[in-house]
Amino acid sequence: MTKTLFEKIWDKHVIRTIDGGPSVLYIDKHFIHEVTSPQAFRGLEKRGQKVFRPKQIVATADHNVPTVDQHLPIKDELSRLQVQQLIENCRNNDIELYGLGHPFQGIVHVIGPELGITQPGMTIVCGDSHTSTHGAFGTIAFGIGTSEVEMVMGTQCLLQAKPKLMRINIEGTLNRGVLSKDIILYIISRISASGATGYFVEYAGSAIRGLSMEARMTICNMSIEMGAKGGMIAPDDITFAYLKGRPFAPQGEAWTKALAAWKELYSDPGAAFDMEIHIDAKDIEPMITYGTNPGMGIAVTGQIPSLQEVDDKERPSFEKSLQYMGLEPGSRMKGKKVDYVFIGSCTNSRIEDLRMVASFVKGKQKASDVEVWIVPGSKQVEKQATEEGIDKVFEAAGFHLRQPGCSACLGMNEDKIPAGKYCISTSNRNFEGRQGPNARTLLASPLTAALAAITGEVGDVREFI
Amino acid sequence: MSKKINIVQSTAVPLDMENVDTDQIIPARFLKATSREGFGENLFRDWRYDSHNQPKKDFILNDPTYSGRILVAAKNFGCGSSREHAAWAIKDYGFDVVVSSFFADIFKSNALNNFLLPVTVSDEFLQKIFRAIAGDPSVELIVSLQDQTLTIPSLGETTHFDISDYKKTCLLNGYDDIDFLLSIKDEIEAFERSRD
Ligand code: SF4
Repeated sequence: MTKTLFEKIWDKHVIRTIDGGPSVLYIDKHFIHEVTSPQAFRGLEKRGQKVFRPKQIVATADHNVPTVDQHLPIKDELSRLQVQQLIENCRNNDIELYGLGHPFQGIVHVIGPELGITQPGMTIVCGDSHTSTHGAFGTIAFGIGTSEVEMVMGTQCLLQAKPKLMRINIEGTLNRGVLSKDIILYIISRISASGATGYFVEYAGSAIRGLSMEARMTICNMSIEMGAKGGMIAPDDITFAYLKGRPFAPQGEAWTKALAAWKELYSDPGAAFDMEIHIDAKDIEPMITYGTNPGMGIAVTGQIPSLQEVDDKERPSFEKSLQYMGLEPGSRMKGKKVDYVFIGSCTNSRIEDLRMVASFVKGKQKASDVEVWIVPGSKQVEKQATEEGIDKVFEAAGFHLRQPGCSACLGMNEDKIPAGKYCISTSNRNFEGRQGPNARTLLASPLTAALAAITGEVGDVREFI
Repeated sequence: MSKKINIVQSTAVPLDMENVDTDQIIPARFLKATSREGFGENLFRDWRYDSHNQPKKDFILNDPTYSGRILVAAKNFGCGSSREHAAWAIKDYGFDVVVSSFFADIFKSNALNNFLLPVTVSDEFLQKIFRAIAGDPSVELIVSLQDQTLTIPSLGETTHFDISDYKKTCLLNGYDDIDFLLSIKDEIEAFERSRD
């Protein structure tokens, strides 16, 4: 029988299916962080239960950690308490924690892959919607709520209904200056912020096959921004080469065995999807968002839709959104002044992203009226960036590399964008207040963000490379 | 938290906005608590209060005309972050039911896990509800989980909603997924052994 990539993995993890209800799905790896885990630990305790498989859990502190002076005690009392609780919970339950000060610390979706913990064919969950990132390795990975975190801690299982399956095929060669971030912003702008709700998405096609693992992660990361349960890409030689030799990747004979199994992970020819979308890579240009959900994106050279172009029903939300953003319907984004540039988050804070930014800004100077925050995804990324001299390039350009964490992606620590200010951001969400109360977020690729750091405005990178 | 839901009869609060994300429902800076209680205070914080913590008059929760245990929201409610705090905040504020024409996946599971009933109705029926409330804020809605129906008694209109048999039984009886999973632990262990 022909099967999709998703079904091959799903079927291997279903313990049983309840009549008229969901399936019991076994979870291989569970990532936890300080914000969505404390109530789960407490709930489990209340039930008199212990963590069932502590060795299958990996913890890190990322969401509310400061990105400067990480060696000092966290100033914000509530944040400090949350991080402290994570340390205690992990200690009491024998869970591996890569907390502040640990060489493996970082954003949960950056460290899983870079340590080789994330491997093809696995089921992976985390109390964080961007768990979809791990799907880039050919895994079923998705975000869960805290009650579900408690379930997985208690039983290593979840009750899940099988989602519908969608395949998005992107064929052809990408235009110059177009990064994987542009691909996913383009997809979401086409199918909307809810267009994939109820689906698990597989990304396929020659344009996807040509991407590095970092670039693939950026795409899978934002699957949730179109409502998808998760996103995945079949593993291939690029995947295997990335994993080989990573600290937790299988070694020796185990590697050979794992590799043979991983090579079976692809959608069989003729396997059925509930929906298929075809995209021509050459239609994709560098993208920018102008609104308050990630579906509100356009090519940097394009125009914000005019009121007439928006559906009657959607007009009130559209107007409200533009009002929040301080932007006019029908106007252009190119040339728009920005106040902040944030390069970071689990979407774009990997070494490849920083390398790209560094190579672009090398020899150039930061615009004088722009604040630039560059936040590496992990300690490992930070270390590598320093070894490669990327930090020096940044300093010469007038900004510096901060310390790893989620930072201004959600503004839970001090890194908040002030009210009314425009921030061009490589993160994944432009919701109202996401980067700070009344902050205005423009989502873009690392290159488009780097350009704004130099010119102080939204521009077209193709004119500069 | 009241476990068990069956019939909820109440006036409703209309929130006619699409794509309400969980960052709006509860902004990240309020996620630092380590217990599940008290989030209702900060429900829709930045829409409810200005930067001086004064209630914003034009926001629906601050309008005494509207109250009740049912929140009626527009399409794609609960998108964005997986934070269960969103469901906790809505429940803690005093809602037992959220009605929409479309819910984001994670929000829906989170709601169900917290005995907050997400009721999905057609776009048309949703508009009927909004119009009914606009016409008379004291109009009551009746949600019956047993019958899987939502009724607007004043209009004599009823619609059916879907929910899986399994989840329905859970909510009617006040037990949750983790109770069930814990009860089949032997089976889970047997599965683990079979994979080695
Ligand atoms: S970087 Fe942003 S999106 Fe990613 S895990 Fe952190 S808060 Fe979530």
